[in-house]
Amino acid sequence: MFPKGTKRKFSDSGEEPVSSSDQGQAASSAAAARTLSSSYSLQRQSLLDMSLIKLQLCHMLVEPNLCRSVLIANTVRQIQEEMTQDGTWQIMTQALAAAQCPADRLVATEVLCRQTDAAAQAGQSPKPFSGDVETEVTMSTLSPVSPQLSSASYLAGPFGEQVFGTFEIKHPAPPPDPALEELFSDVDPSYYDLDTVLTGMQSAPKMGPYDLLESLSSHGPTALSSSSSCRSDLNELDHIMEIIVGS
Amino acid sequence: VMWCFSQVKGAIDEDVAEADIISTVEFNYSGELLATGDKGGRVVIFQHEQESKNRPHLRGEYNVYSTFQSHEPEFDYLKSLEIEEKINKIRWLPQQNAAHFLLSTNDKTIKLWKISERDKRAEGYNLKDEDGRLRDPFRITSLRVPVLMPMDLMVEASPRRIFANAHTYHINSISVNSDHETYLSADDLRINLWHLEITDRSFNIVDIKPANMEELTEVITAAECHPHQCNVFVYSSSKGTIRLCDMRAAALCDRHSKFFEEPEDPSSRSFFSEIISSISDVKFSHSGRYMMTRDYLSVKVWDLNMENRPVETYQVHEYLRSKLCSLYENDCIFDKFECCWNGSDSAIMTGSYNNFFRMFDRNTRRDITLEASRESSKPRATLKPRKVSTGGKRKKDEISVDSLDFNKKILHTAWHPKDNVIAVAATNNLYIFQDKIN
Repeated sequence: MFPKGTKRKFSDSGEEPVSSSDQGQAASSAAAARTLSSSYSLQRQSLLDMSLIKLQLCHMLVEPNLCRSVLIANTVRQIQEEMTQDGTWQIMTQALAAAQCPADRLVATEVLCRQTDAAAQAGQSPKPFSGDVETEVTMSTLSPVSPQLSSASYLAGPFGEQVFGTFEIKHPAPPPDPALEELFSDVDPSYYDLDTVLTGMQSAPKMGPYDLLESLSSHGPTALSSSSSCRSDLNELDHIMEIIVGS
Repeated sequence: VMWCFSQVKGAIDEDVAEADIISTVEFNYSGELLATGDKGGRVVIFQHEQESKNRPHLRGEYNVYSTFQSHEPEFDYLKSLEIEEKINKIRWLPQQNAAHFLLSTNDKTIKLWKISERDKRAEGYNLKDEDGRLRDPFRITSLRVPVLMPMDLMVEASPRRIFANAHTYHINSISVNSDHETYLSADDLRINLWHLEITDRSFNIVDIKPANMEELTEVITAAECHPHQCNVFVYSSSKGTIRLCDMRAAALCDRHSKFFEEPEDPSSRSFFSEIISSISDVKFSHSGRYMMTRDYLSVKVWDLNMENRPVETYQVHEYLRSKLCSLYENDCIFDKFECCWNGSDSAIMTGSYNNFFRMFDRNTRRDITLEASRESSKPRATLKPRKVSTGGKRKKDEISVDSLDFNKKILHTAWHPKDNVIAVAATNNLYIFQDKIN
């Protein structure tokens, strides 16, 4: 069957040929990926995508639930660890790095899925994922384009920073300098509060909600108004926020 | 015990306003008062009326005693985020005089409310008329002593203390200490100890915030003071652990005195193992010897003297274990169910989906599933036990797992401190059930 003296190549075992340029490394990691059942890795991938979407959707008007974010982030880490151990993580990150536009991500997923058909039979028993396998797999019909962009961004930068960043004020105020404080001790600090700026706005002639937005950018702090108008300011602001967010 | 329907409070229509969703339920120490908090920041207090002499075999009913707006929505300008007015927890203070006091909290601010009755008013003031107008002092020729006259009962709620600006993260628990002078409040990463009289200071007693937020993997999910030992409290975490701390040991209780964790069963490990192990509620027994924890699928009773495993484990809805992926997708897996003890610590109760709630008798080891629904809301009608069919064959009257309504969740339940009367919050309705008196 084989010419005398020729070593039988890995790809001759009857499975799909590996098309990567770095054949040695890619072959071994691809082989590891093929030993997993395709449905398990599909499920795992869709769980990873779903988790990343959940983390992204956290950034809404109300402060996101920290417990939920932590639990989802831990789940993503678990998946990442497991995928790193069996080599699929490297394949995915390589594919994402190579992707120039969203459409490429679809190709990458396809490549991952295609090679596992034959290996599905001899795959290791999947970890208990859920009983209803068929319904789980259909969840990956989530829009393939936009979530993958978000996957890429999460894989790129520091993970925790993006998830828990909103819970911290990004640039905390520097420690107060006693000399500077003394210098400005007679300046009323509330003058420069955002609250003050906004209440100052309201003492102007009656404006509509969109006018208020425009005036915020052009006006400086004006005279302090009485605290009785603060309440209506808050309501006005809430109203504006609702319009912006479209809730 | 046979449970029967007593009352239901709240609107009947299908369209539920978000603000009307009940977010906490709590009996006071005597059981005379029952407080609910909702997502709209309101507190409604029901009072148990005296049993009527005509029908002594029936327990009295709970009627509205007081309604007030506890918290308003706020806006955090620094983070550009809303602060919800939803009442996360209500805890009553033990009664010391004619007035009633309770603590109510939203995500950021705790308030002490005084609820007092007024059934008399003074008439015959010297300096003002009956309609309140001031009288000209030169016109007054004689003095009279004001007389107290009866008036229609008025129940007033007034905020006596506001404990603000002590929590960066969302408050999940408050707990009044047995010394009746202090209380603790817990958020995702910190626990503070307050004195009820002092609002501008609190002591931080637990801080699990890592120096680098990127390293955060565990949060505090619930905390409670020991019912008798005022130096002891516990807090639970999102990793399924409970730490018992002694405040005498150090000012900052970062090192626990006891650490409760059940070893994981390696055969049931999945990507969801950690999420379902997250503890949503922890409650000491009235005796103070045990504590109970609720995680997503089970309730566990722990003996405070044994840290390595619980003494009792009760499955709430084990049939959901095969549906965890779907429940993760629709976020139900993050639902925080509460649990409660009965007055004698012989039974425990917790909620589930489809407006089902479960009760476990610790002595007989029997459990029952009941439903809070309008259908079974006939006066004094006995509640029929419900069953979820797990196998292929569904018996008559059983409901299959796929037919369960996951939007109808019972997260908050309360048990009367002495009697067999329970309050169950089903979205915007409050159901009151009691045992059948023969």
